[in-house]
Amino acid sequence: MVDALRVIRDDGSTDPRLDPKLPEKEALRLYRGMCLQRILDSRMLALQRQGRIGFYGPSLGQEAAIVGGAIAMQPDDWIVPQYREPGAALVRGMPLKDLLCQLIGNSEDPVHGRQMPCHYVYRKGNYLSISSPVGTQLPHAVGIAWAMRLRREAHAVLVFFGDGATSTADFHSAMNFAGVFRAPVVFLCNNNQWAISVPVAKQTASGTLAEKAAAYGFDGIRVDGMDALAVYRATREAADRARDSGGPTMVEAVTYRLGPHSSSDDPSRYRDEPEVASWRARDPLVRFRRYLEHAGLWDDAQEARLEQEIGDEITHAVQEAERAGPPSPDTLFTDVYAQMPGSLREQMQGLGVRGR
Amino acid sequence: MPAMTMVQAINNALREEMRRDDRVIVLGEDVGRNGGVFRCTEGLIDEFPERVFDTPLAEGGIIGTSIGMALYGLRPVPEIQFMDFIYPAFDQIVSEAAKMRYRSGGQFTVPMTIRTPFGGGIRGGHYHSQSSEAYFCHTPGLKVVVPSTPKEAKGLLTASIRDPDPVLFLEPKKLYRAVREEVPEGEVLVPLGQAAVRRPGKDVTLVAYGYMAQVCLDAAAKAAEKGVEAEVIDLRTLVPLDESAVLASVKKTGRAVLVYEAPRTGGFGAEISAILAEKAIEYLRGPIVRVTGFDTPFPYTLEDVYMPNADRVLAAIDRVMAF
Repeated sequence: MVDALRVIRDDGSTDPRLDPKLPEKEALRLYRGMCLQRILDSRMLALQRQGRIGFYGPSLGQEAAIVGGAIAMQPDDWIVPQYREPGAALVRGMPLKDLLCQLIGNSEDPVHGRQMPCHYVYRKGNYLSISSPVGTQLPHAVGIAWAMRLRREAHAVLVFFGDGATSTADFHSAMNFAGVFRAPVVFLCNNNQWAISVPVAKQTASGTLAEKAAAYGFDGIRVDGMDALAVYRATREAADRARDSGGPTMVEAVTYRLGPHSSSDDPSRYRDEPEVASWRARDPLVRFRRYLEHAGLWDDAQEARLEQEIGDEITHAVQEAERAGPPSPDTLFTDVYAQMPGSLREQMQGLGVRGR
Repeated sequence: MPAMTMVQAINNALREEMRRDDRVIVLGEDVGRNGGVFRCTEGLIDEFPERVFDTPLAEGGIIGTSIGMALYGLRPVPEIQFMDFIYPAFDQIVSEAAKMRYRSGGQFTVPMTIRTPFGGGIRGGHYHSQSSEAYFCHTPGLKVVVPSTPKEAKGLLTASIRDPDPVLFLEPKKLYRAVREEVPEGEVLVPLGQAAVRRPGKDVTLVAYGYMAQVCLDAAAKAAEKGVEAEVIDLRTLVPLDESAVLASVKKTGRAVLVYEAPRTGGFGAEISAILAEKAIEYLRGPIVRVTGFDTPFPYTLEDVYMPNADRVLAAIDRVMAF
């Protein structure tokens, strides 16, 4: 096992010195968020195979490292995602139907089918828009946090990224700017061991990713990313410190991508089943359920009810989303600028499309 | 009304916008205590100590964090010290700032003005002279603005800072201190997307921007001595382009010479040429001719050979007039 902060023991009890003592409601919200992401993944991969959505990137194995972090933040804080965090958008209140419409790219997709699937955005939840290039969101998170500080608003930013992103120039400049300007930002690295087919040992010769923070003048902490309470605790402490002018923190959640990088990826080409199996044995949902059961908060009947409920919600959202048609052609041309330039209007009209 | 250089006019615009709007933030390399290597931000840190920042030396970080500030509702005005150094931030400008409004369905926007000195004429060699506007003009979602006089530098910069979309504001450094002009104190606005007719003429249209607008005026003066009346169009904004101003002039003169100091192939003047070919070919009385830099890296010793000058423009005028 990795040398990292761990709260939930194998039997479901917690280390009393480290237990963040989540209220029951929060604990159940966290579990529900993880289960929603898990069930959503399997349903969406099935939908993709049936050709009903074009592409999907599952989060299997990373539920604790995603939802555990997101739930530790306050509503006025911002979440800056990489791309594997629909679970974070959903706990921020993004309607499942919006998410489904984005995956389909239809007329009710908030971004009008402009982006390929999994590039969600949810302004109401302070959940930033996603791009595909890796690591570009890191300096944005620092700029948002820096702006909060300039406006003297006691909020913080949580930014998600992976092990691969730590190799980018944007990671370096974001960490450096955050340190210099003491930006209230939490860098939550989902070290899932694989950047598509490249293992973390080929990304860096550094012993851990968390230790990189020291070179930028702030703390880095390594947590067991399969332990939702460990991720929650580290993120919440870091965010509290950030809001209290304590500057940035990097949290390395040591986790594992149990599934493919995306629906277009075949991980059997680059990694062996015994490795995957050893991580599957540490399933973060199983671990958290054991914790809930140990605390007397959960039983089989509740589990069955939750699964049914989430399954129905997804079914309903799929049905609703599949009713919508394609985006109207004028949305190809709108939102490029606040006001459509004449040349673009001419291109739109040349296609026989009327503006609204 | 004080007479100002372009540097002073830019400084004045920044100062007045910072006074008017406390969301305006200035950041970049050496922009604080040193006032910028060209002094465009001189003294701003004294008046606004909490809104002017010397940053670490990382263009991607400067633009990336400025995008974050803009997302949060501020109006950052980052400076890239020379356009030649902008490329580490290319991804942030092209993939992030320019696409944010579109990809978020208007939920997030990036009202940011990137200021950067560009162009040759100061003995800067490869890395202090480039004119790489064409890369950026090819990017939907980004506006590209180029002033050529002190007063308009103030007016265009003010309009850029107030614009709801990301703007790349290219400052022709050859003109930074070349002339002084009366620049009013208080609000001066030059709307984006409008070209200016610098000199009227009926025989041939010269289209340029930045320092090349000045070169065209010099060429037009020489042409007049030979009895040729050249009209000089200064584009001022490359994106969005004031196509109608260019078309109106060329339909009148029937001749077009396009002048830019960037390498010839794929330069912005090539786009103007294509528009003229598509929309005004029946008015043309001669070939559309470009006068440009060469398809080489920008040279040091032979800078004057590389840069278009009035004589080269004049030769092009002679060619289209003789057709």
